Formats: sequence, structure tokens, C-alpha cells
Amino acid sequence: MGDLQIKKQSKTYDAVIVGSGAGGGMAAYILANAGLKVCLLEAGPMYDPAINSSQLKNPWESPRRGASTKFRPFGDFDGCFWGWEIDGEPYTHTEGTKWEWWRARMLGGRTNHWGRISLRFGPKDFKRRSIDGLGDDWPISYEDVKPYYDKVDQLIGVFGTNEGLPNDPDGLFLPPPKPRLHELFIKKAAGNIGIPVIPSRLSILTKKINNERGQCFYCAQCGRSCKAYADFSSSSALIIPAMKTGNVELITNAMAREVLTNKEGVATGVSYVNKDDLQEYQVSGKVVILAASACESARLLLNSRSQRHPNGLANSSNVVGKYLHDSTGADMGGIIPALFDRKRYNEDGVGGMHVYTPWWLDNKKLDFPRGYHIEYGGGFGMPLYGFSWGIEKLNGAYKVKGVQKEAGGYGKSLKEDYRFFYGAHVGMAGRGEAVARADNYCEIDPTVVDKYGIPVLRFNTKWSDYEIKQAKHMKETFAEILHSMGAVVTWGGDDGAHNNYGLHNPGNIIHEAGTVRMGNDPKTSALNKWSQAHDCKNLFCVDGGQFVSQADKNITWTILALSMRASEYIVSELKKNNI
Amino acid sequence: MDRRKSLKALLVGGVSAGAFLEACKNSDKKGAEAKAAADLEAGNKDRMKEEIDRNDKLMKDTFFTKEEMATIGILADIIIPRDEVSGSATDAGVPAFIEFIVKEKPEHQTPMRGGLRWIDLQSLNRFGKAFKDASAQQQLEIVDDIAYPAKAKPEMKQGVAFFNLMRNLTASGFYTSEIGVKDMGYMGNKPNQWDGVPDDVLKQYNMAYTEKELKECVKFD
Repeated sequence: MGDLQIKKQSKTYDAVIVGSGAGGGMAAYILANAGLKVCLLEAGPMYDPAINSSQLKNPWESPRRGASTKFRPFGDFDGCFWGWEIDGEPYTHTEGTKWEWWRARMLGGRTNHWGRISLRFGPKDFKRRSIDGLGDDWPISYEDVKPYYDKVDQLIGVFGTNEGLPNDPDGLFLPPPKPRLHELFIKKAAGNIGIPVIPSRLSILTKKINNERGQCFYCAQCGRSCKAYADFSSSSALIIPAMKTGNVELITNAMAREVLTNKEGVATGVSYVNKDDLQEYQVSGKVVILAASACESARLLLNSRSQRHPNGLANSSNVVGKYLHDSTGADMGGIIPALFDRKRYNEDGVGGMHVYTPWWLDNKKLDFPRGYHIEYGGGFGMPLYGFSWGIEKLNGAYKVKGVQKEAGGYGKSLKEDYRFFYGAHVGMAGRGEAVARADNYCEIDPTVVDKYGIPVLRFNTKWSDYEIKQAKHMKETFAEILHSMGAVVTWGGDDGAHNNYGLHNPGNIIHEAGTVRMGNDPKTSALNKWSQAHDCKNLFCVDGGQFVSQADKNITWTILALSMRASEYIVSELKKNNI
Repeated sequence: MDRRKSLKALLVGGVSAGAFLEACKNSDKKGAEAKAAADLEAGNKDRMKEEIDRNDKLMKDTFFTKEEMATIGILADIIIPRDEVSGSATDAGVPAFIEFIVKEKPEHQTPMRGGLRWIDLQSLNRFGKAFKDASAQQQLEIVDDIAYPAKAKPEMKQGVAFFNLMRNLTASGFYTSEIGVKDMGYMGNKPNQWDGVPDDVLKQYNMAYTEKELKECVKFD
């Protein structure tokens, strides 16, 4: 480190974007196509699904047969680099609190890791305080965002159906795939007890939408990322096309350190450490756009202290890092005896569920304020590490081809058992809305730095009774649906008051939001309704950080719509010389 | 998978992913040599450097002794023997998988090592020799005492726990091998068109698609 120095690029870009996930990818796409010069910083390596995906690899092509590693917590074939822990990049917790923080380090960020579930927020989701008195209303309404949802639907592609539901708006949908067999069982069983099951809404191309991207060929592996670009990831659908304009300079392995400001407090660029040569760099831009993830963007702002911004950048309100919330999550699984000894056929389908349940009840009649949706799984999956693990708990409990056997066993008889039970499992997962609260937050740990010397985040988040009661309701619902279809609960049935009804730790569902929230009042929000910092007019945050609340919907589609909206505003403001 | 079929399906589907077609083309070359070269070229493009380094390290390390590996092979083939449908666990390379996976997941190391020792001691006490050197009949006598959790004697419970782990690891290794996937009848992992549950299966379960579904869902020519 003898010749450590800061290397400054002489060039000034129109915009410097930190992070290449949904928010950063959309910003790069809109700005580059408007002719602006963009510098895009990504903390991980280049990643092109067409080249780098594990799609169509067989289980034996992984020495661990698809088992998870710290590099790939969702399995060796999963498309996402890193996850809960990254070597040399710790995070800490206040005693007695929990937060699980998923971080992707690669082009496309966490869009390389999600179920492609692409749900619009509904009109009520922007105005929850007006409905139940909790949290805050957004400074914008569904009508403000609807045109952008429409454009995102068309630009990126999403399948689904228009159902005319009041808080799960219709969209511009491609045709959905037909339900699989277990999904027909679920639909019938849930329908019998008044729970709606409708076609899912996933950003997967069941029809071709342009010449750059292919059409789904039904391998069920969106999670590995698609070599044909037939599903949405920020790299394939936004950044790679944006780079073709010639207006994007992508800098990979660039770990942002601080947003730089001048004496007037205006943002001038971003400093970063290059992970390859470990040198310090600075890039300048007329506009700085943060899209590093809700928590990383908050971390960057809090680490960007200056005379003009002593409490961290965009933080005169002291809200940066606060209101951190994740989706709630609880799950249950079972086995459907009617599906034992099934006829084999290829039922891979798309990479995710073909049907789901949107929130269907009225919270005014319940003891918890916010709703949840249900995701479903099951069927003939690719055998991977853990296949039929614990058969000794199953093969003594049911007759196999009419014969009652002793549990456990070995030999030819055991091989028959494995075949008999394959494809009969079903699982369900509730994903709900937590109430965003100021006392759930992340902050800079005063004593800990990562291996680049950047102060790290310390988390302080806890669930409240609202979320715990919601999880209890999820569990009761799952048990009812499983019972209604004649299934037997095989896991998740033992949860109860002792463990918050199986409610996952906050962060575990990987929908972090709320840390740089927008609002009309600069005293209680960091951003205005254009995702623009109240305290610094040429600074924007376009990731989940800006969310006031996150609905019972996965947040990616709204990140995309809001980033598109903010980016068009940036283009217009730059043209008018307002920023 | 049948690469030619998948290539055709992709073209029918109008997919224009150059790298993917290239990958399929390379794999279509005849001969082990071409395949090996293509694997070397393409096989690691989905890996981070940190992962490649870790895989290399795990491959170089050795955990089980030669004797332990021999016992693992015998037990694996007792659990998954050859039958009229498919080959045995050792045909499918299960012992090598178990050697790798205990290095990957160190929590299995002591239960496996200790369990192998436990079964050797059973054999030594009963027959005066290590498990692997006992006769097939003697081996089965011990296995029968630990293979059935519900009826095993209390003093056999440690053996039951070991045999459960051995059974589960063997199944993981076998059913994720080429032989095992074929045995299980998993038919996916190839480009195709999902046009719903086959008619005869719908009929078998007394299910049908609604008119709404038939109208709205994706159709194929």
C-alpha cells in the first residue's frame, strides 16, 4: 500500500449510479436511452446470464449436487453470487435483535435472486395510514405510479390475468402457463374454503416481446438466470441493452465508499475502492443516483458526512436507516397421499408457481392490520442434495403399493419407496406486509469496519404483535388448505406461540425497504415524491430505500416503476438545468 | 439431455441467445475429447473465483481412510442395490459423493466417522473382524438391527442414527446421479413446451381446466 493514492477521473458524467439491480438497472436504461452519459458502479463482477448461468446443468454437474454454500445459499446452481454472509464484509446487531441481510455482489444484483413475482401495489397500499392509522401514507398514489407500471409491463414483460381485483390491479399481461397438477389440487382445495387462487404474475416471457430476448422454454430454472433472456434480470433486460447505446460506462468490482459533496452541499460524485487493485477512485457526475439496496444506500448516506451534512447526507431529518422493514414470512408443507405413485411426465413449467393467492380478507375484521399473499410449490422437481431426506419418517406411515412396511429399511424395497413418494409433496409460503416503524432501523456501527475500511451497518429490528398475529393466521390458513386437499402436514406444523408461529427473522424474505423513505415533509422523510433528496437536489435514491411501506406484494415491480419515474424526472430536470 | 432436440425447441421458440446455441453446438461434437475441452471452456463460466478455489481445495483434501471408504461402499450398496430398474449406489459413484459432501458439510464428519467405527466395533464383538471383512450374511445381521428405527433395540439407537444418515446421504448421492435421475423418472431440465397436465392424468384425478384457463393460458401451435 506504499503508493496508495486517490485516482480521480477527469470526466464528469451526467449521472453516477451506485448499484446495478432493479433500481440501478432501470435508471441506467432510461438515462442512457435519453442520451445521457452514465457511469454505473457495481460492487461485484460482470455477469451475463447468456454466458454465466448454470441453466440446464444436471445435478451431477455439481460436486455437491446443488447443495447450498455460503457463496450460494439457495443452492449451487442458483444465479446469485453471495448471500447472507460475504467474506470480509460483516454486519452487526444490537443485542437481542435480529436481521438477516442478503447481499448480491454481481451485475444485476438481487434481480439474480428472486421468484420473478411481479406484483403492482394497489391503491390502498399507498395510503395505509389513512386506512388503519399505522405507519404513513406515501406522498404519491396508485394513479401516479400506474403509467409507469404499464410501461414496465411492456418493457420487461410479465404474465398474469386481469381479475378486476380492487387492490391487486390489472396489468398488461402475457398469457400465464396452465396450472400444474398439484396446483389444480390447491386451487380446488382452497376454493372449497373460500380462498381465491389465481394465475401468478411473474416476469417471464411466455411470448416473445422483442428481438433481443427469447421466449420461455419451460425449464423451471429462472432462479439460475436465463441464457435466453426469457425472464427478467436487471443485467439481461436493462443493463446489457442500455450498454448497447454506448452511453453507459460500467465499472465492476467497485465498492462505493462515500457520496462526495462540495462546499455548497451539492453531490459531485462517488468515491469507491476497486476490489481488484485495491486502489481508491473517484468518479464525478452531475447527478448521483443510489440504488445499492435499501440498507447499502442508507449505509452510504450515513457514511457520507461533511460540514454541510454532519448527520450524513440527506439526513437532516434523521430518518435515514429508520423504518427498515422486510416482508413477513411463514411456511408449511405436506404430502398428498392421492398423488403417491404418480405417472411421470415433465412438469417443470416456468421457474416458479403458476398460481398464487392474493390477499383476500378485510383486516378490519381481523386482529392484525396488514395482509399477506400465498406462494405455492410442489411437484416433480429436479432431484438435488437432500432428495427424499428423512424417508424413514415417511415410508412406515403409508402403505406402499398396498403393502405396510416397517419404517426405514434398505435395498430393493427402499428403492421402490423412493419412487412411490416422488412428486407428492406440496408447500406454501405466506409473504405479508410488516408495519414500518421508526424503532426498526440500521445505523453505522461505531466500532466495526469491513475489509475496505468502510464502517458497517448495525441492525436493530424486531417484529411486533402485528406481524406475529399475522403469522399465526398464515399457519392456520395453510393447515386448512392442506386439510381441505386431503394432505398431511410434514413440516412447519409444530410452530406456535413459542416461536412466533414460525415467523422468519426480519430480513430473511429479502425484501428490505424503508430506510431512505420519501414524503412531503423534509422533517420526516429523506426524499421527496420524485425520489430526490430533500437536502441535496442532485441526489436520488431509486431502490427499496424510498418505500414508505411495502404492501403484501413483492417490491421489485414497484422499484422498477419508481426508478423509471424518477429517471424520467431526472432527464427532464437536467434538460431544464434545474439540477 | 438430447441436445439436438433442445436446439430445435429453442429455434422453434424463436430464441436468439448466441452463447446458448454455441454451448449446445460444442456439446454436439462427437468424442470424449471434444466434450472435455468444451467442459473445461464452459464448465466454470458460472462460478466465481472463490468457488473454483474452494472446489479445488475440497477435491484435493481427503477425509475418509481407504478402509472407511470400503465400508461406505458396502453400506451404500446394501441401501441402494442394483435392481431391475437401475444400478447400485457404487455404480452411481455414491462413495465419492459422500467423501466430497462431508468435506463440504463438516457437520457430517463426526457422525459418519464415529458411526463407521461403531459398526466396526459391533462386527468385531460379534464376528471378530471389521464390518467390511465380515460375510454378507453377517453384515446384514448388523444392518437389520439398525435399519428400522421403530423396532430397533434401545442399545442400537446410535447405530440407527448413523444408518439414517448413511441412508439419506446415499439417496442424495444416488438420485442426483445420471443413473438415479433416470431411475426416478425426472423428465425435465430440457427445453420444451408446458401445455398443461396430460389429459389422461387429468382424467385419473378427476381434474379439468376451466374455460377461463383454457382461454387465458398460453397456447402452442
